[in-house]
Amino acid sequence: MIDYLQRLGASGLATLQTLGRATVLWWQAMTCAPDWRNGPGLLARQLYFVGVYSLLIIVVSGLFIGMVLSLQGYTVLVRFGAAEALGQLVSLSLLRELGPVVAALLFAGRAGSAMTAEIGLMKATEQLAAMEMIGVDPLRRVIRPRLLAGMLAMPVLAQIFNVVAIWGAVMVGVHWLGVDAGSFWSNMQNVVDFDEDVINGVIKSFVFGAVITWIAVHQGYDVVPTSEGIAAATTRTVVYSSLAVLALDFLLTAVMFGVD
Amino acid sequence: MQTRNIEIIVGAFMLAGILSVAWLGIQVSGLTMQESTGSYKLTAYFNNIGGLTERGKVTIAGVLVGRVASIDLDPISVRARVELHIDNSVDYITEDSIASIKTAGVLGEKYVSIAIGGAEDVLGNGDVIHDTQSAFVLEDLIGTVLSTLFNEKAEE
Repeated sequence: MIDYLQRLGASGLATLQTLGRATVLWWQAMTCAPDWRNGPGLLARQLYFVGVYSLLIIVVSGLFIGMVLSLQGYTVLVRFGAAEALGQLVSLSLLRELGPVVAALLFAGRAGSAMTAEIGLMKATEQLAAMEMIGVDPLRRVIRPRLLAGMLAMPVLAQIFNVVAIWGAVMVGVHWLGVDAGSFWSNMQNVVDFDEDVINGVIKSFVFGAVITWIAVHQGYDVVPTSEGIAAATTRTVVYSSLAVLALDFLLTAVMFGVD
Repeated sequence: MQTRNIEIIVGAFMLAGILSVAWLGIQVSGLTMQESTGSYKLTAYFNNIGGLTERGKVTIAGVLVGRVASIDLDPISVRARVELHIDNSVDYITEDSIASIKTAGVLGEKYVSIAIGGAEDVLGNGDVIHDTQSAFVLEDLIGTVLSTLFNEKAEE
């Protein structure tokens, strides 16, 4: 019994220690002086890897999610003779929830895992230590550009996801199932509010991007430098960041759209 | 050369993001550029506002002319004080206009509809609309109908 309590306490303390280390890492990386000699170049390179490479999966999933949402929404709404409300159903659920969340989950799987594996391998092959030896701060050169790229790329990806998904919904709803285009768009425009829905979606995806890259970078930086260690860290990145995204989504939704 | 290509592609990527937000703003949320020509304030007192909420619509003849700015209880008359922000271009709401709370559809949202009267004087910033009609509350109507029916039966 005592033994059990002891182990419980030790694992709790270890979790706290990890959280503390991760926070310190984030703080040090974000507050260190930016590396202007090749600063924008480093950031652009990371944006390219994190953002542009994720574009294809985001566009394809967005298209299909929009189409499915339209099809499902139509079959339910048409029973109540309210097929014209399809536009508002699709746009609100995409802008407020599905866009930021699904894009973030895809981003965690596509970019977060790659980030962890890359940094983990850098550590395992002692590239990070070598950088420190020649006087290059790995926080400045490796960690900081990735954190910034995640925060910038995620809102862009989520909004591209939304646009493509709404196009998909229009394709299925208007062109295939025959909902009137005029009432589809005007219903949508009546209900969607720019500040409340679009901007809140952007804020959500920004927060998700920051959290996912934070988890990914920390898991990579803190990896046990073996091949099993890298595998475990990559898995943890995807699991933790997916859970964090879903939990944070509930919190943010409660704050943004909660009953007042 | 390699770096330049990457920077161009990243630039295009960020531009796509900005364009997406702009498209969502204009096409999906119906944001119009020439909005906010300014507005002026009118106040109306209602006995019962039903389910009217802030940011609700204010219409004349079904055309959107403003928004409900705030709703609170007036402690002296114990009626609901509703502040309406009306577009500056609509400067012909007469003194004897009637503000009523209506429902869009059977279960739709509540909005304020203003019917313009024939008086000479026009309301300006801060004025009060005196004639109001409260929200139509279904329960009250059912209650009235039921009590009338029972009273008739009792008289028989």
